[in-house]
Amino acid sequence: MPATARKTMPKTPDHPLEALIRSDRIPHIWCPGCGIGTAFAAALTAMATSGLDLQKTCMVSGIGCSGRAAGYVNLDSFHTTHGRAIPFATGLKLGNPALNVVVFSGDGDLFAIGGNHFIHAARRNMDLTVICLNNLNYGMTGGQVAATTPFHARTTTTPMGNPEAPFNLPLLAWASGATYVARWTILHTRELTECIQKAIRKSGFSFIEVLGPCPVNYGRRNKEKSLQTLKMYQERTIIRNDPRMDDLEVDFTRQVVLGEFVDKDRPTCIENYDKTCRILE
Amino acid sequence: MTGDEACAEGALAAGCRFFGGYPITPATEIAEHMSKRLPEVGGTFIQMEDEIAAIASVLGGAWSGQKSMTATSGPGFSLMMENVGLGVCTETPCVVVNVQRVGPSTGLPTMGAQADMMQARWGSHGDYRIIALAPMSAQEIFYQTITAFNLSERYRTPVFVMTDEIVGHMSEKVVIPPADQIVCEWRPKPKGRKDRFLLYKPGKNGVAPMPAAGEGYNVHVTGLTHDEKGYPVMSVEAQQQMMDRLCHKIDDNLDDIVMTEAHGLEDAEVVLVSYGISARTSLAAMHQARAAGMKVGFLRLITVWPFPQERIAALAERVKALVTVEINLGQIHLEVMRAAAGRTACHLVGHAGGTIISPDQVIATLKEVL
Repeated sequence: MPATARKTMPKTPDHPLEALIRSDRIPHIWCPGCGIGTAFAAALTAMATSGLDLQKTCMVSGIGCSGRAAGYVNLDSFHTTHGRAIPFATGLKLGNPALNVVVFSGDGDLFAIGGNHFIHAARRNMDLTVICLNNLNYGMTGGQVAATTPFHARTTTTPMGNPEAPFNLPLLAWASGATYVARWTILHTRELTECIQKAIRKSGFSFIEVLGPCPVNYGRRNKEKSLQTLKMYQERTIIRNDPRMDDLEVDFTRQVVLGEFVDKDRPTCIENYDKTCRILE
Repeated sequence: MTGDEACAEGALAAGCRFFGGYPITPATEIAEHMSKRLPEVGGTFIQMEDEIAAIASVLGGAWSGQKSMTATSGPGFSLMMENVGLGVCTETPCVVVNVQRVGPSTGLPTMGAQADMMQARWGSHGDYRIIALAPMSAQEIFYQTITAFNLSERYRTPVFVMTDEIVGHMSEKVVIPPADQIVCEWRPKPKGRKDRFLLYKPGKNGVAPMPAAGEGYNVHVTGLTHDEKGYPVMSVEAQQQMMDRLCHKIDDNLDDIVMTEAHGLEDAEVVLVSYGISARTSLAAMHQARAAGMKVGFLRLITVWPFPQERIAALAERVKALVTVEINLGQIHLEVMRAAAGRTACHLVGHAGGTIISPDQVIATLKEVL
């Protein structure tokens, strides 16, 4: 196309999140039908509308499909080692408490290899917002069983069905001491965005679980087409605030509970450190 | 004070303001001392849930803009290795102290050794360069910890202080000079337009300037192979370019990084090569040998990695033998042999660890060699 012709083309309208996306890195790696993009967009929208100083806002990811999120956000962003996003984020926050630190990663990264870091960051009430895209399996490596894979589900390493029980992530977060816990699916973008915004603005350890489909690896092996997964998100979920925490298992043969489960206050790790360890002038 | 305490004081004098630790004998005293002292100087100490978390928090601390550090021993050093690689790849300045104890595995908890020297060089996967120092006294661990911070800031890379249980637990007189007599270097800071900033574009000395998080540079930091902007690139060429840059900033500055100390090399027929606590054994042995009429010299490796290859090669041309003294079964000995390249005989005085090497053992070998 000649240069003059290009100039006369109508300008493509800017994406509403243009300023927060590294558009020079698009196309992204996520597969068609994947839920990560929706959760990522919700996180970016929440950040953009949070009123926080975005120059002081960072994203930290681990390894995996969701771990690539840090590579697409136009903020200070850190793509760390597998499972270690939370301790890296802990150092970032402790080194400069003025930073708002958001961890965006997947269920395999945060709850299998990184599970120990999650419970300890929640216990010490580290001021982080942790967003977990839970797609029920290890997507990046081709669909292996995860700590979140439902009982009897098929994956490449559970060809006869998963013999193990999955984690109830909100229960784990609550028991570990998180001060904010919510769960939504990628179908519930408005609620999800609102909760992420609330979590980012709130001090203390916040955890948001986002259920998202992995049609290529998980759906295909469990006879779930993308649209069927979304239908399930619509028909077999129920929003319940203040539920029994042990009722929060992800089991779509029954109903999956969504909502804002924990919203309480207790001093953060940094507040307690300053009060306990620093000599007051 | 003990070597461990001197190490902590050195870190504070160097400007370290973040320590992510995990208890392990014989390095625990460094964490204990830092937990008390850091809040006094406006820094932060945290005891993490394991050594993997400790080193990950240290990398995060470094990107927050603080000089950051951790200290451990063999088992913890093994756990830290993956994130040491992330530190190398993302050119993150930090200091990791290894107060070496006997291995493999739990070994003899917690008697001294010097058997993690090759792990320090090659412990993380992939090719890379690393800087490792080996102090021989409590006073020296104070200064070398400062030097380790300065080198890590100057070259934007993790630096190891490879001490050992004996130096770490030994109580000695340590003089802490006034702050204005201590040189504290900081990573080069970027200048110019923030939107055109390239995170890994080498400046002076082959090292790229480094902003901190929150300064408006919108950096992307990844352990994936990346270009000068920091963006992942899946290509053989990008990998080669990144590795060239990582290696060149060390290889092209060997004169600045490699430090050795020579004793009686002028007329030496045999030269002892050693580092850390074994350097003290070697020095004593050299004096005893000279008193007995043997022409023995001593080359102390202050920097063990990068290895003083040319220094050893030059000695190999003119001496009868090189004798490496170290508390292991021959790690730096292998490196000495490699550098000597058959031009002289190479011998090892070493053992499997748990105690220091006595000067008598060195003398016995010297008598056989001369």
